[in-house]
Amino acid sequence: MENLNLEIITLITGVILVLIGIWGLLTQKNLIKIVIGFTLFDTGIHIIMVSIGYVKNRTAPIIDQSVNINDVGNSVVDPVPQALVLTAIVIGLGVTALMLTYVLKMYQKRKSLEINNYNDLKW
Amino acid sequence: MINLIIAIVIGVLILIMAIIAVHHKNIVVGIIAAGVVSLFASILYLLLAAPDVAMTEAAIGSGLSTIIFFYVLNKIKRQNG
Amino acid sequence: MVKNSLIFIVLIGFAVLLADLFVGFNGNTDLNTLANHYAVSGPEEVGSANLVTAVVVTYRGLDTLGEVTILFLAAAIVSFLLKVEAGASLNRKLRSTSEILDTASRILVPVIFLFGIYVFINGHLSPGGGFQGGAIIASGLVLMLLAQPAKEVGHKLITLVESISGISFVLIGVAGVLFAAGFLDNKLLSLGKFGTIFSAGVIPIIYIFVGLKVGAELSGIITNLHENQNEA
Repeated sequence: MENLNLEIITLITGVILVLIGIWGLLTQKNLIKIVIGFTLFDTGIHIIMVSIGYVKNRTAPIIDQSVNINDVGNSVVDPVPQALVLTAIVIGLGVTALMLTYVLKMYQKRKSLEINNYNDLKW
Repeated sequence: MINLIIAIVIGVLILIMAIIAVHHKNIVVGIIAAGVVSLFASILYLLLAAPDVAMTEAAIGSGLSTIIFFYVLNKIKRQNG
Repeated sequence: MVKNSLIFIVLIGFAVLLADLFVGFNGNTDLNTLANHYAVSGPEEVGSANLVTAVVVTYRGLDTLGEVTILFLAAAIVSFLLKVEAGASLNRKLRSTSEILDTASRILVPVIFLFGIYVFINGHLSPGGGFQGGAIIASGLVLMLLAQPAKEVGHKLITLVESISGISFVLIGVAGVLFAAGFLDNKLLSLGKFGTIFSAGVIPIIYIFVGLKVGAELSGIITNLHENQNEA
């Protein structure tokens, strides 16, 4: 119990979320369900990255009254993963919108959301 | 200690919601559950001292992303009949 | 059956790959060298109180430029695929929105826009910045479109805001090459007093442009999907 700390819990949550996302991607037959699986995968990866940047008992990387300006290196968490995840979330929305647009176009062509009906490249 | 308990509860809720999102037959329920996963994830980011990420996730993951899913689902349903 | 076991094997493979992350991981107790450099000399070099902003806009500014480009491409492809013919009239019956939603949206939408602008202007002092501010502006637009489905949002305006802020972002970067240390260097303007709104060199200006660009791109995606609803 003694080495059970915040970042380990969130890390394990993130890893299981990634696995659930992959499971959804692989087993679901509905195109929209596949996109949902992809967004879960995305969220899991983001949680893993932020957990890895966490440092015990430190505050957010914003210098205000609670942080001594001469001792910043010992009082804040790692800002780099946070910066990466910040932009990755926005890109994730763009990619999700793009995938859903393709789903819409595919439905207009074939009138079906079942992935098994799209077998033109199957041989 | 209290943070630890909150993190465990939220983590379990995230996993339950994720399984519902993937596995539920009704797509509307799935989309809402995916939005809830994002909302709880933003609380986790807050616990992990990442307020910037939490803001982004709350606004985008559970707001805009869900609405885009619903626009597409609505369009598909309308074409259906 | 074969397929199910294949899926199972793939999942196990991913689990083994990811297990490497937390087996033996006991939490960090110290920053690594790079993060330590950003944390210790960031306030002096960049002048931004929010270190995440310092990393996003200055230390990793080129990446941010790349990422807004990806977002632009995604928005452009969405609008290309969902093109609605000009003059295609509204041919579905709209249920009139309730009085409460209508009135509340009239009051709330300007406030939400204002909050988004506040968030990206204060990106170097408090949590927030261009990406969050842009997302908040797009959420305000969603509320407006839900309350007044028949309202037309000017595509010309969105395109204009998007291209002007994108070009300005790049021009500020080039000005950094000419007048300061390098591309997107923030010492183009003086760093000012730490912790005030006119500080951190060009970071507030760049973040305003990023906020407008992201807001315009997300609004573009939302409006395209919304107009596509009205078409048969």
